[in-house]
Amino acid sequence: MSALAVEPEGLAEALRRANVELLWHPSLSEESGAQALEILEACRDGRRRLDILCIEGAVLRGPSGSGRFQILSGTGLPMAKWVEDLAAQAGTVLAVGSCSAYGALPSANPMLEAVGLQFVGDERGGLLPESFRSKSGLPVVNIAGCAPHPGWLLESLMALTQGLLPPTGLDSLGRPRFWANHLAHHGCARNEYYEFKASAAEPSQLGCLMENLGCKATQAPGDCNIRVWNGSSGGCTNAGYACIGCTMPGFEAPGAAFLETPKIAGIPVGLPVDMPKAWFVALSALSKSATPDRVRRNSREDRVVVPPRRRHPA
Amino acid sequence: MTRMVVGPFNRVEGDLEVGLDIVDGHVAAARVTAPLFRGFEQILVDRAPLDALVVAPRICGICSVAQSAAAAAALGAALGVSVPENGRRVADLLLAVENAADHLTHFALFFMPDFARADYRERPWYDDAEGRFAALRGSSAKAAAAARARLLHVVGLLAGKWPHTLALQPGGVAKSVDVGEAMRLLSVLADFRAYLEGELFQASLEEVAALDGAAALEAFAERHPQGDFALFLRIAADLGLDRLGLGPGRFLSYGGPLGQGGIWRDGNLLPLDLGGLREDLASSWMRGGTMHPAKGVTIPDADKAGAYSWSKAPRLDGQSVEVGALARQRIAGHPLIAGLLEQSGGAGSVRDRVVARLLELALWVPVMEALVRGLDPQGAFCAVAPVPDRSIGCGLVEAARGSLGHWLTVERGVIASYQIVAPTSWNFSPRDTAGNPGPLEQALAGTPVPAGQPVPLLVQHVVRSFDPCMSCTVH
Repeated sequence: MSALAVEPEGLAEALRRANVELLWHPSLSEESGAQALEILEACRDGRRRLDILCIEGAVLRGPSGSGRFQILSGTGLPMAKWVEDLAAQAGTVLAVGSCSAYGALPSANPMLEAVGLQFVGDERGGLLPESFRSKSGLPVVNIAGCAPHPGWLLESLMALTQGLLPPTGLDSLGRPRFWANHLAHHGCARNEYYEFKASAAEPSQLGCLMENLGCKATQAPGDCNIRVWNGSSGGCTNAGYACIGCTMPGFEAPGAAFLETPKIAGIPVGLPVDMPKAWFVALSALSKSATPDRVRRNSREDRVVVPPRRRHPA
Repeated sequence: MTRMVVGPFNRVEGDLEVGLDIVDGHVAAARVTAPLFRGFEQILVDRAPLDALVVAPRICGICSVAQSAAAAAALGAALGVSVPENGRRVADLLLAVENAADHLTHFALFFMPDFARADYRERPWYDDAEGRFAALRGSSAKAAAAARARLLHVVGLLAGKWPHTLALQPGGVAKSVDVGEAMRLLSVLADFRAYLEGELFQASLEEVAALDGAAALEAFAERHPQGDFALFLRIAADLGLDRLGLGPGRFLSYGGPLGQGGIWRDGNLLPLDLGGLREDLASSWMRGGTMHPAKGVTIPDADKAGAYSWSKAPRLDGQSVEVGALARQRIAGHPLIAGLLEQSGGAGSVRDRVVARLLELALWVPVMEALVRGLDPQGAFCAVAPVPDRSIGCGLVEAARGSLGHWLTVERGVIASYQIVAPTSWNFSPRDTAGNPGPLEQALAGTPVPAGQPVPLLVQHVVRSFDPCMSCTVH
């Protein structure tokens, strides 16, 4: 549903401009019931070309492997069966959202027997085996995120139509590298607080959210804070709350409360990726000792109380 | 008698199947099936209470802020924290924006495209309907989708992203708003007002809000014949949508910035008392007794005899009730809705549900503008309180689609129980122990089914008039 807010033109028009013909979408297409089923059956039976198959949501195989928790309405058949059959015919398969990519929240309920299309968490092989390649030669393309940024989906579709998303364009977890090469931390407006380890302790405070409030932006792939969301200033950290790493497999089970940073001996357990712990500790201690009073005080307020000092002309 | 199964039923949110018994060209009985079980209530149990702020919104990609608001309210009650005025204003604004965005999405993308079907090409309004609302290409649908995306800039600015924000906290919101941001919010709202007044209504919102009955509505459509609203009214009159899809005539609203909450029954407004709320499991693939959600359980049983849906059947004092914009405005006492309901004997029709949503679009924008203007630049936006080891809380909000409730129990510092009753759980509930149908099942009975329609059109209008969200229903 996040993709509905593609800007400036809205999803349907954006797809039209990209020469993507939408065969059927559960929220947008005219065809319902028997008419919709005819389209799905034609694709499944190879009577109609299916270039790209987009699947939202984890696939539920429960209870007891029957798939009866998730029946495609009007067919009596489990969604799992439909996805397998359609994937076999598809040029490329896209898992849209972390549920479809990795299982995500539904996989936190064992009863559901939820799987992603080609992963369960970060383990390879989901509904489809690790060896699965669609007709284009690609594994499942994982547009991860909960929800994914509208641009991640649209630009992936555009790139596919132009042959610009080869296997090397995906990272080891199937995510397009054009957005997954970044971290959510990149472009974070709280960066000065991060640099000086001036941390917020409560919601609505301005300081860095990593030390106390559970922020995983230094670990989570995504260009969320570079391209921002819904206009010119969106993004989780911009709105005062932690990145929960929703593009990462297993984000649904952080092993602690989402909104608190687990620590050992006062040091956050989840340190920035690629950073040796000893260096992080040493640099943190150094930067804390150098924190300007302005940054320290503002970090515990919900608005700037100490403005930057004016530099007087020499 | 013939039997027909309609599915996959699209342009509703989530997965829906409708079974119809057809006798003499009319629906004799309908069974509404939710074919997906999602298990979110189990996912919430044993987690830290504040984790509900992360998990609950992810029940739904379209009612996400409403789920956030209900979770924050339930937690706020459990924590005993009181929200500062600024925090309440921003939280109300976020919920208002999602309500408005959903109403517009429903009208332009989910509901109106059915009138652009070739089946209607002989009707005098067809060319207009086809040009404006044909699925994936109608001009008004495009304008609505773009206006909706721009309105969601409010959510981007205040809550980071739509859907799935963590901005709504038990004690307020996670971000304060400065003067420049407040001015940007007013600009976004002015842009949305310009879209509504220039395209959807082709009239001022105040003129729409002042409509006071069926005659005034008819005169409005003649005064402003070019708007999308007038087009719908023309179609509704031609197809008799004011007599189609009559619901139970009993309404529930939890209330909010658009008016008081309460219960409407037998033509009377009663205070909001949920003591008689029970979730009946007779036709649900669920085990357990008929319980109030504060004591309820969710134990799926796919083999249960006689069951046909993953939805529970909420009942109030043993009766089904309809929720949504129509219910809200009946209970809030808006004269337009009171007048329209008189025409249908108090029951509520396809036309009435759609008019109530569009009326709310006109009512919401001035309320949103006032919420922003009333922000205190010096005031706090968020209060904090510790999570108790043991507590209970209930959060009641009005989502676009109607009354949404969360019931939470905290024991030993973690969530011991979490039960959710979603709007479409009310409207699309299956039969209860006494055999009484849910509101949609009742509304479908008697609907004409002409021969030769593989997916009966009037059935589709009735179903979509409720703007169901099946994802929330089967949380």
